[in-house]
Amino acid sequence: MQTFWTDPRLDAEFGRKVGLAEMLKGGVIMDVTNAEQAVIAQEAGAVAVMALERIPSEIRKTGGIARMSQPAMIRDIQKAVSIPVMAKVRIGHFVEAQILEALGVDFIDESEVLTPADNVNHVIKHPFKVPFVCGCRNLGEALRRISEGAAMIRTKGEAGSGDVVEAVRHMREVLGDIARLAEFVGDSEALQREADEMRAPYDLVAWVAQNGKLPVPNFAAGGIATPADAAMMRQLGAETVFVGSGIFASDDPGPRAKAIVQAAVFFDDPKKLLEVSMDLGEPMRGRAVNEMAEGEKMAGRGW
Amino acid sequence: MSDGARDLPVGLLSLQGDYAKHEAAFRALGCATRYVRRPAELEGLRGLVIPGGESTTMTRLIDRVGLRGPLRDFAAHHPVMGTCAGLIMLAGDLADEVAAHGVQPLGLLDCTVRRNGYGTQVDSFDAPVVISGLPGADGTYPAVFIRAPRIVRTGPGVEVVGRHGDEPVAIRQGRLLGLTFHPELTEDLRLHRAFLDLA
Repeated sequence: MQTFWTDPRLDAEFGRKVGLAEMLKGGVIMDVTNAEQAVIAQEAGAVAVMALERIPSEIRKTGGIARMSQPAMIRDIQKAVSIPVMAKVRIGHFVEAQILEALGVDFIDESEVLTPADNVNHVIKHPFKVPFVCGCRNLGEALRRISEGAAMIRTKGEAGSGDVVEAVRHMREVLGDIARLAEFVGDSEALQREADEMRAPYDLVAWVAQNGKLPVPNFAAGGIATPADAAMMRQLGAETVFVGSGIFASDDPGPRAKAIVQAAVFFDDPKKLLEVSMDLGEPMRGRAVNEMAEGEKMAGRGW
Repeated sequence: MSDGARDLPVGLLSLQGDYAKHEAAFRALGCATRYVRRPAELEGLRGLVIPGGESTTMTRLIDRVGLRGPLRDFAAHHPVMGTCAGLIMLAGDLADEVAAHGVQPLGLLDCTVRRNGYGTQVDSFDAPVVISGLPGADGTYPAVFIRAPRIVRTGPGVEVVGRHGDEPVAIRQGRLLGLTFHPELTEDLRLHRAFLDLA
């Protein structure tokens, strides 16, 4: 179990939160908008579902303020499946988080997919019993979220795009930053400089330099639409993948969900990947991130 | 088992879950490990661990890759330890079949298990448990319960080797060991060592 925090009670609590994230490794977490989709996801072998009212590609289309989903809809999903149920809150919206905790969700995603509720602060996640996952684009952002209490980190990618390019960029950034820190092990001055630049706590920066990995599981999200995308993120170093719009915005969600689950397990076996990629129908159409205006991108949300 | 088995690696069912945490525990004990995702990878192992994770996912994958028969055959001749979801997979049957959502245990350990027996993640907890009857591991053990199952029935051939209060949390039937908690999430290696002693 990790020990970072000065209060040992916090360590035990944090250990249980990270523990649940550990149990999700090697799996696929799927966005679902109703109980019927949740059952399809569970049947396909999802390790967890993310309950939300509109998948990110719909949020992109319809616009407006995207908020926490209706609790009644999340409760229906909790009743329909026995795998962990996650749900999203707006960045900084600690009361939406309190409500989801009262509802007994298993994980909260403080997500850039929803419209931010605070332009400066994220939720302080330590006081919650429920674990949080947060998105990041680089190591500094990951460590700032962990210092607030996040028990799992995912790439932001570009949600709802169907374009994996940003998830790849963010995963490479995080792993590149981690590799770069290795040369500063034992050099407290250099580590302090890095910590200042990343606006991250010194102790976390030193831990990452020493251990060569994040202190919490490192998952991939944002734009993953095919078995090949999922396996690519796993080969790059992601321990699990989130698939948002990629499943239920595709032609035939059930078989695609099943194929992505197998691709996450056999990510290093091209023959198996070929086998599961056969006869899947059309993936989601998607939108190229490189053709989006800056204001359309969700990954820039968060501080 | 012959003495030669002690040089063989321990297999880790690595279809999904926290198998890497078990790997770290065995490495700390100087024991080699091997990931098992295909039937052929069960050859030449000293024993097998089914880790924590999601039992619905494990069920689907075990059946899709054709591991159900090979795992049952393996367990007839080798030690197997299941932690949390791993115990669910070893179980004889599940309480509340309607809510089992297609989880099909391997039917190896004569017990009935209730999935998510304490509730959701906000009900997860740490507690000391008392191990007795496992050579080398007896005593108080810091246990981490995460969306843990509960053992609601044990058959006549099953020995309760760990209790939280009065409730069984660790059971043994021959060389099969089932735990409702996660020894792989703590630094205490006594239960992994006790499992190696069965092998």
